[in-house]
Amino acid sequence: MVTIGKYFVFLGYLFTRREKLSVYWRRFMEEAVNIGVNSVFIVSIVSTFIGAVSCIQTAYNLVSPFIPVSTVALIVRDMEILELAPTITCVVLAGKVGSNIAGELGTMRITEQVDALEVMGINSASYLVLPKVLAAMVTFPMLVILSAFLGILGGYLAGTLTGVISPKDYVSGIRNAFVPYNIFFMCVKPFVFGFLISTISSYKGYYTKGGALEVGQSSTQAVTNSCIAILVADYLLAQLFL
Amino acid sequence: MIELRDVAKAFNGNEVLKGVSATLKKGETNLIIGGSGTGKSVLLKCIIGLIKPDRGQILYDGRDFYRCDDEEKQAIRREMGVLFQGGALFDSKTVEQNVRFPLDMLTNQNEDEKRERVQFCLQRVGLEKAGDRMPSEISGGMKKRVAIARAIVMNPKYLFCDEPNSGLDPLTAVKIDELIQEITEEYQITTLVITHDMNSVMEIGQNVIFLYKGLKLWEGDNTTLTNSNVLELNEFIFANKLLRDQAP
Repeated sequence: MVTIGKYFVFLGYLFTRREKLSVYWRRFMEEAVNIGVNSVFIVSIVSTFIGAVSCIQTAYNLVSPFIPVSTVALIVRDMEILELAPTITCVVLAGKVGSNIAGELGTMRITEQVDALEVMGINSASYLVLPKVLAAMVTFPMLVILSAFLGILGGYLAGTLTGVISPKDYVSGIRNAFVPYNIFFMCVKPFVFGFLISTISSYKGYYTKGGALEVGQSSTQAVTNSCIAILVADYLLAQLFL
Repeated sequence: MIELRDVAKAFNGNEVLKGVSATLKKGETNLIIGGSGTGKSVLLKCIIGLIKPDRGQILYDGRDFYRCDDEEKQAIRREMGVLFQGGALFDSKTVEQNVRFPLDMLTNQNEDEKRERVQFCLQRVGLEKAGDRMPSEISGGMKKRVAIARAIVMNPKYLFCDEPNSGLDPLTAVKIDELIQEITEEYQITTLVITHDMNSVMEIGQNVIFLYKGLKLWEGDNTTLTNSNVLELNEFIFANKLLRDQAP
């Protein structure tokens, strides 16, 4: 409970004693590149293969002659949009971005760089963390959209190249019974997950005490706690929005 | 001038500072010396506002740091320059960007003014050609000098140095000491150096304060240091082999 309380107090610090807007804009762009652009490669690889595997495994399970083959594509699409693209991508990002944030802030803390900012009269939490949070909340939905597209494309490539589904059936399947609201839901999730990952990781990194060992521990805790928070939030969002 | 009045701090019931009072004089290098764990760094953190003392006052030219409002506190902070033990340079910025950082964040100077000021400060510490290098590419002594340049870039009234010579060879340590003293006298600032390096004490100790187990046991200058009757101070000073011959 104390930790949760401290976490909310920490969130409060982000919005007090703010710096000039131009400073935040510059920092936001730096963080957007660091968090968003630098994650495109890993997100692309993971998403494409998850889509491919989803297609093959769904086709393997759908053996009934009463179910049309195009259903494979429909299932891949809905799995991607509703769960795999937002949740799995964000779990991957919790590992990559979360550990990066916690490690960076933890190192800055133990090497007195955070103290140096405070002594200059700069709100270190706001200057260092707020741009990361905003960058994560903006770039994560973009990455998830890319992930969903590549996942469905991966399913198409795997399905058609192995012959489990024809290109025509696949395209027909992904167009069948499409619910546009699901796209909205898909974009809400990474927005929330981005906030959770960036704030939890920042909190863990910002309050690191000790040396290199503790920085490593903070990174590990940041990833673990972020993943748990993602799964809990995933359930709550599903309950709330669907 | 900075006045410390009965500054006390405890962590989990363990009293680290037990009511320290002292005056840090303007235009002089004030040194706080003492063995490890005597509360030197905690006292420095209390003075620069990173740790709030449990009791006592810290007065910056009469302004009580912990009793003034946020705006005044910010104003005092902007008059401080701090050299941290490891330099605390920002890893992701070049030497020039590190020195320029306070100007970018805290002033409305134009590009030319900033460039001129940064160049002046880097020249002052003898690093005018290192501006494009990253902190990871320079030596420990250079890092300290960059940190000094960053500390003086805002024309501080108060300069604080936490163990400026730790990890440096004797020659570089002397250069850093001389630089700190030159800057102090040139700009008439109040400088406080935390150290346990006796070379520094003998080199630049104009006003020396000896801390022992959270208490101030002695205060004076480096010329009277070796003649004190304080047993703990003598033990501390004459632990150094080079000074042992001078022991009373």
